[in-house]
Amino acid sequence: MIWDNAFAISILPILLQGLWTTVHITVVGTLLAAGLGLVFAVLRRLAIPVLSKVIAFLVVFVRGTPLLVQAYVAFFVLPSYGISFDALTTGIVVIGVNYSAYMAEVYRSGIQGVSKGQWEAATALSLPGTRTWGRIVLPQAIRTVVPMLGNYLIQMFKDSAVLSAITVVELMATAQAIGSSNFRYLEPLTLAALLFLAVSYPASRLVNRLERRYAPQH
Amino acid sequence: MNAVIEYAPLLWQGLLTTLTVTVLGGALCLVVAFAAGLARLSRHRILRWPAGVFIEVFRGTSLLVQMFWLFFALPFFGIQLHPLTAAVLALGLNEGAYAAEVVRGAIASRAKGQTEACIALGMEPALRLRRIIIPQSIPAMLPPFGNVMVDLLKNTSLVSLVTVADLTFSAQMIRSTTGQTTAIFTTILVMYFVLSYLLTLLTAWLEKRFALDRKALTLQRKENILMKVGAA
Repeated sequence: MIWDNAFAISILPILLQGLWTTVHITVVGTLLAAGLGLVFAVLRRLAIPVLSKVIAFLVVFVRGTPLLVQAYVAFFVLPSYGISFDALTTGIVVIGVNYSAYMAEVYRSGIQGVSKGQWEAATALSLPGTRTWGRIVLPQAIRTVVPMLGNYLIQMFKDSAVLSAITVVELMATAQAIGSSNFRYLEPLTLAALLFLAVSYPASRLVNRLERRYAPQH
Repeated sequence: MNAVIEYAPLLWQGLLTTLTVTVLGGALCLVVAFAAGLARLSRHRILRWPAGVFIEVFRGTSLLVQMFWLFFALPFFGIQLHPLTAAVLALGLNEGAYAAEVVRGAIASRAKGQTEACIALGMEPALRLRRIIIPQSIPAMLPPFGNVMVDLLKNTSLVSLVTVADLTFSAQMIRSTTGQTTAIFTTILVMYFVLSYLLTLLTAWLEKRFALDRKALTLQRKENILMKVGAA
């Protein structure tokens, strides 16, 4: 018998613990990415002489390099400059910053989608910049962006497996550890795959539904 | 920077492996994308369902899990893959599943009149697809395909975790022997960035090359020039 059912059942609780960590990384990481991405998108749009250009380049650079290598940089390079956290925090920050670059682009298209008339009306009413952004532009921009953020949430959920390479003990690392200590990889890896699927498939269905609901009506 | 210069041959080897994995993975990705994407659109359930399951499973689980599964779990069925094979297979199937949705979407959103015109002209379904529908869909597929390829390139770094000696793997080796962490990782970050930038340029060029109105545009330009000459 290739598949050992008793073994599979015995490792399920530990794997579920790993899944919990993965969910934790995803939720905190998405919040971080959504916040940072918004800051980047607004700063770019404000066209501050040097800063906006630097941010534009950083966004492109982060999008053009692998998450794994970024994680290695944060894990191996930063401590030699006196910046070090535990692996989990490092992992969350890395994946959050990585996704913020993608989300900045999503916000940017959302901001661009706000019609010019809205800006002109805000100017005509002589609203200060902060209120133009906070009350007029961003609420409209973010509405169209919500489903995209959902897609990135799911993507991040799957990508967080990469963080196992910098010793973050999430689902993938747990499965790997069980595999190497028992010399049985089939059950833990298959269960890990099924657990990933069990969360991400319903989630992507939900996001699809949201997408249809939040689709711009004009 | 000393370590980078001293170990340049090792990095070069790693770069070559990364490029090999990208090209092989990309080729497999394209084959998988068209096979699964077209099967998904088929009238026959026996093609449509397996394609759907394949796409959802490979999009729903992590690439890393798939790669490890092919490398560590498949031997339990008596199939021992070479690390490079497992890596290319996982990359091609995973990115292929994403690209299959691109193919499906692009073809499904073609104007219906084109299919109807083909039927009116008595074209067989295969001919219709090959001569009319697919060529027309390519411009719509190219931008998302470009994204998938850049993704694939970046994801080749994961093959280092199943012992394929790619760029990331070489960097890790040099790091552990020399300890010059900053220099070596900065170097490979820049290398990856340049590679993905080149891929973006390639996609942009292909987009221009395959644009549906390319001929119309050149004609128009010629006309404009002629008109200017006439006015002068």
